[in-house]
Amino acid sequence: MTDTLERKTLTREQLLDAYRTMRTIREFEERVHREFATGEIPGFVHLYAGEEASAAGVCLNLDDRDTIASTHRGHGHCIAKGVDVGEMMAEIYGRRTGSCHGKGGSMHIADLSKGMLGANGIVGGGPPLICGTALAAKIKGTGGVSVAFFGDGGSNQGTTLESMNLACVWNLPAVFIAENNGYAESTASAWSVASDNIADRAAGFGMPGVIVDGFDFFATYEAAREAIARARQGGGPTLIEMKFTRYFGHFEGDQQTYRADEVAHARAELDCLERFAARVTETAELSRADLDALDAEIGAEIDKAVDDAKAAPLPTEADLLTDVYVRY
Amino acid sequence: MARNITYREALNEALTQEMERDESVIVMGEDNAGGEGAPGEHDAWGGVLGVTKGLYHKFPGRVLDTPISESAFIGAAIGAATAGMRPVAELMFVDFMGVCFDQIYNQAAKFRYMFGGKAVTPVVIRTMYGAGLRAAAQHSQCLYPLFTHIPGLKVVLPATPYDAKGMLIQAIRDNDPVIFFEHKALYDTAGPVPEESYTVPFGEANVVREGGDVTIVTLGRMVHTSLDAAAQLAASGVECEVVDLRTTSPLDEDTVLESVEGTGRVVVVDEAHPRCSIATDISALIAQKAFGALQAPIEMVNAPHTPVPFSSALEDCYIPDAQRVVNAVKTVTGWTR
Repeated sequence: MTDTLERKTLTREQLLDAYRTMRTIREFEERVHREFATGEIPGFVHLYAGEEASAAGVCLNLDDRDTIASTHRGHGHCIAKGVDVGEMMAEIYGRRTGSCHGKGGSMHIADLSKGMLGANGIVGGGPPLICGTALAAKIKGTGGVSVAFFGDGGSNQGTTLESMNLACVWNLPAVFIAENNGYAESTASAWSVASDNIADRAAGFGMPGVIVDGFDFFATYEAAREAIARARQGGGPTLIEMKFTRYFGHFEGDQQTYRADEVAHARAELDCLERFAARVTETAELSRADLDALDAEIGAEIDKAVDDAKAAPLPTEADLLTDVYVRY
Repeated sequence: MARNITYREALNEALTQEMERDESVIVMGEDNAGGEGAPGEHDAWGGVLGVTKGLYHKFPGRVLDTPISESAFIGAAIGAATAGMRPVAELMFVDFMGVCFDQIYNQAAKFRYMFGGKAVTPVVIRTMYGAGLRAAAQHSQCLYPLFTHIPGLKVVLPATPYDAKGMLIQAIRDNDPVIFFEHKALYDTAGPVPEESYTVPFGEANVVREGGDVTIVTLGRMVHTSLDAAAQLAASGVECEVVDLRTTSPLDEDTVLESVEGTGRVVVVDEAHPRCSIATDISALIAQKAFGALQAPIEMVNAPHTPVPFSSALEDCYIPDAQRVVNAVKTVTGWTR
């Protein structure tokens, strides 16, 4: 896996967007990691740090017509699809001001107005749903594309395989993004995925399968650009496998005794932000000052998100029985 | 203008009228047209028991056959519902819920609440249930209590052609996920159905026979069994009030309780297995909220706690019949302290 040398030229604005998205995800996740350790954040939290180039590379090719479905490791997808970071943080803290008014939490952040059909607590829960949003786009002729993110664990669920088949049978404007971070919980994908690569399975459905260095933004962006353009033009689904490593455990609190030293290696040698920064400054497309300015801005934004979340009101007992169809 | 048509025809008419009225209504499921990709007739089946027959040619592109992949297409219907469509998906037999239940109870049922009120999921899942066709253990179950247990779902069971049409139209227009149970033994039953479009609201039980001695609370196919029993009992001077719940979620508690206040004696007739059934639920409701009115212990008539047997000799014993209802009514009328 090497950097994509030949690529479409991205504008300065696009490059800034890409860096902003990846840096925001990284800051968000590193901060949640630290705050979780203080005990203030309730429940289960699964962090996306290390995988930023996938969400950013895919979602920067999407627009308001498009829908994504995410996973339990969904913060990065939410941020990349434009969900408000302050509302996300408030949701993670269980506050009334959160994206879901405190009723969803980390695993269920959603904003349908942004085409974000939800993080999902069920592994393999999203792919069937995006077949539906893709079908709706196709019937209505909106030109919209739907994207399912799932992990190496999700790639082994029947729902995911059924959805790939259905999307191909119906020739849907759908893209399947397998984020292979090496582990489903503590179980190695090298063991749990019977084929050499998840992308190899695409052949079984008659769609293109692409393997991408998930640490390389330019590679993820280019693979997604091609797949999304094909889907938008009626050319049907694509399966893209992003290979990388997550920087934290399966969930916060995971002691990760099953792992070797791949995180230290990845942070030092492969990190998507470091590589992106090195590349764009080397080519002089962006300056170090551009990136530093964004770093400062994003740091302040995340600080504010945490401060606001901590200060925000909790839901009240009266909220318990709202937004449900039947009450007894 | 009402005329007599079958339960199957009433459902087909509801789908037709709603698809004419609203182009966001689409239909999908296994063999809903039939013959997709095959060399012969398209719309060969119109659904395994013919409910969707004719829609494929009438509404091009809006009746979608699917692979046998219940998780994928039930999930797709749910996803399409979040994106502005009003899909009517057919889960051929409710027994197949096991291969797609996650999409129903963890996804569709929860979106509105879990996303803080920011999602609507106007999907209808039509499904066949019930014993009587010698379809055996995996094609005959009454699994509506399982769905009734899940907050966020609406669960409806029309017993007549009139209710079948009006409740399906209501289900399609409803913004919440609706599980629409069709008893396979009712498809060929006929009754008066208006030609024009109409809705039957959810959460309103129907008193299908009035009587002052015993309340029979029932639903689905058992409405007819209960009415047969009530007719027999009337000949011997016992007047039963038969309450058809029509929907188990939402549940019309008031109509049940009012009837019990008037009669003081209750039989609940439910084709589901006895434990954690609609019968136990209604019995608990009455014990909790109309205890003072009761003049006898509540009797429950259920199928036994066994899988549905195949042999006609066994299945006929399995399905609650009018005689069992008559016996239960006699038990509550004959009870003394």
